[in-house]
Amino acid sequence: MPSSPLAIDAPRLDVLARGYRDAVRAKRARAALVGICVALCAVVSAISAEVDLGKLFTNIDKFTSYIGRIFLLENGRFVLTDPAEWYWGLGSWLSLLLETVLIAYVGTALGAIGGILLAFLAAANLSPHPIVRAITRRYLEFCRTFPELVFALIFVIAFGLGPLPGVLAIAIHTMGALGKLFFEVAENIDMKPVEGVAATGASWPAMVRFGAVPQILSNFVSYTLLRFEINVRGASVMGFVGAGGIGQDLIEAIRKFYYADVSAILLLIIATVVAIDFVTERVRHRLIDVGAAA
Amino acid sequence: MKPVRDIPGADSVAAMRGRYPEVFTSSWRRNRVAIAVVVGLTAVLLYGMVTLGFVNPRLFEGLGKLGALFGMMLPPDPGSIDRAIIYLKALGETLAIAFLGTSLAAVLAFPIGFLAARNVVANRVVHFLSRRSLDTLRGVDVLIWALIWINVVGLGPFAGVLALMVSDLGTFGKLFSEAIEASDKRPVEGVVAAGGGPLHRVRFGILPEVLPVMASQVLYYIESNTRSATIIGIVGAGGIGLHLAEQIRVLEFQHVAFIIILVLIAVAAIDWLSTKLRLALIGTRRVEMA
Repeated sequence: MPSSPLAIDAPRLDVLARGYRDAVRAKRARAALVGICVALCAVVSAISAEVDLGKLFTNIDKFTSYIGRIFLLENGRFVLTDPAEWYWGLGSWLSLLLETVLIAYVGTALGAIGGILLAFLAAANLSPHPIVRAITRRYLEFCRTFPELVFALIFVIAFGLGPLPGVLAIAIHTMGALGKLFFEVAENIDMKPVEGVAATGASWPAMVRFGAVPQILSNFVSYTLLRFEINVRGASVMGFVGAGGIGQDLIEAIRKFYYADVSAILLLIIATVVAIDFVTERVRHRLIDVGAAA
Repeated sequence: MKPVRDIPGADSVAAMRGRYPEVFTSSWRRNRVAIAVVVGLTAVLLYGMVTLGFVNPRLFEGLGKLGALFGMMLPPDPGSIDRAIIYLKALGETLAIAFLGTSLAAVLAFPIGFLAARNVVANRVVHFLSRRSLDTLRGVDVLIWALIWINVVGLGPFAGVLALMVSDLGTFGKLFSEAIEASDKRPVEGVVAAGGGPLHRVRFGILPEVLPVMASQVLYYIESNTRSATIIGIVGAGGIGLHLAEQIRVLEFQHVAFIIILVLIAVAAIDWLSTKLRLALIGTRRVEMA
């Protein structure tokens, strides 16, 4: 009887099996190490952040009852029984909502314009000078490190209460966030079309217009649309620090326990954000398709 | 050497014009939709700037005041060692809120991501409901969640952790489910061919591919939440934001500058660390982050 090929290779298979076991064991050990590190960080964070699960579980009914109560009118009935009473302030809320969207729009537009200009200074392949590039990059970092509300707090003191500080705060933060994304896009362009346009004897603006812009435009617009949606959400809380929009009415309703108003305003905000999200996502997908085809 | 082909003369340009008229029409005509969009957007921008108070002497007065405020920030100074220690502790609290809130959100979002992914749970109703509830969670700003949680667990960083957790649950649920939907079908088919059940499909077909992507998204959000956790204190949910808002309100701008520098250093450090870890996880591959 001829011996089976497996029998011949048994010692070699053994080596292989041992190698496999060792590899798996090493992988498991590494995973365990990562797990222990994460768990350690979590424990330290939990102590620092005063996590108290007991308090959470004894009071969790307050969360559900709060959610329940914001859907009750003053007379204790469900909000949908009297929509007119629920949305008693619809006119003023809608105009505040419009102001919120406008704050987000103007802030996003100004921020995007600033971001585009600075992106060309910050992109390694287009920047006029390394020092200019370094300064621009630090500036963009500073702008995006702080959330809009921090800028808004300072701007409210300088410009007074109202939507103006809100717009400026959003514009500054947007400039930082978009500027970074833009210069990364600009650094990744294919230089061959640019060289091709240059080879026809085109001037520098024509080179940028026909060589670089077609490659980056769809990405720029897509990022800007995404940012617009984020900024609408951000603008909805600008009123918390007195910087315009619907946030002013919302925080008043929350602080003064006007429960039905909280749900009414929140639903308006959510509906607006979801609608804008929906539209911008459609446009972005079409742009990305166009960008991929080009 | 090949002879140069004859260069098109005036008559051949005319012939070309006859054959491809659309190339020779002015670009204004061809781009009229784009131009209309740009004009429309600019008009809205101008309208917005006028209604929101850009055409107002306050703008210039404000810019002057802003310069003065900036002057008041120099030199950055916490006042005393005790204050500096308080600020450092608050900064630690901010980092803890960001880390814990993001990790808890990721843990909760992990199963939800699979529920909301079309290629795992092929049920339109489940898909629709899970996606819409995630949208609702995301639609409410983290500060509003913080206000709601303060009602439950009281003022303090714990409310901040819960607020970040709920708000990021929506984001992660969406990102995870998209990552799962974008995963390669072939490993799953392989597992099916080898006789694997639904759980085997997820564990051996999908998980190895999406786990690094998810981990990289979580790292990115820990970093970005460190930034947003700096404001959660404005409404009383712990962290350095409380001190930042307070010092701005009482016009102690040297303290403000000190806090700003602390935050900048902390964010830069986290940024550096998370970039390193993400590179180790997935290399320079791009991952959808929003």
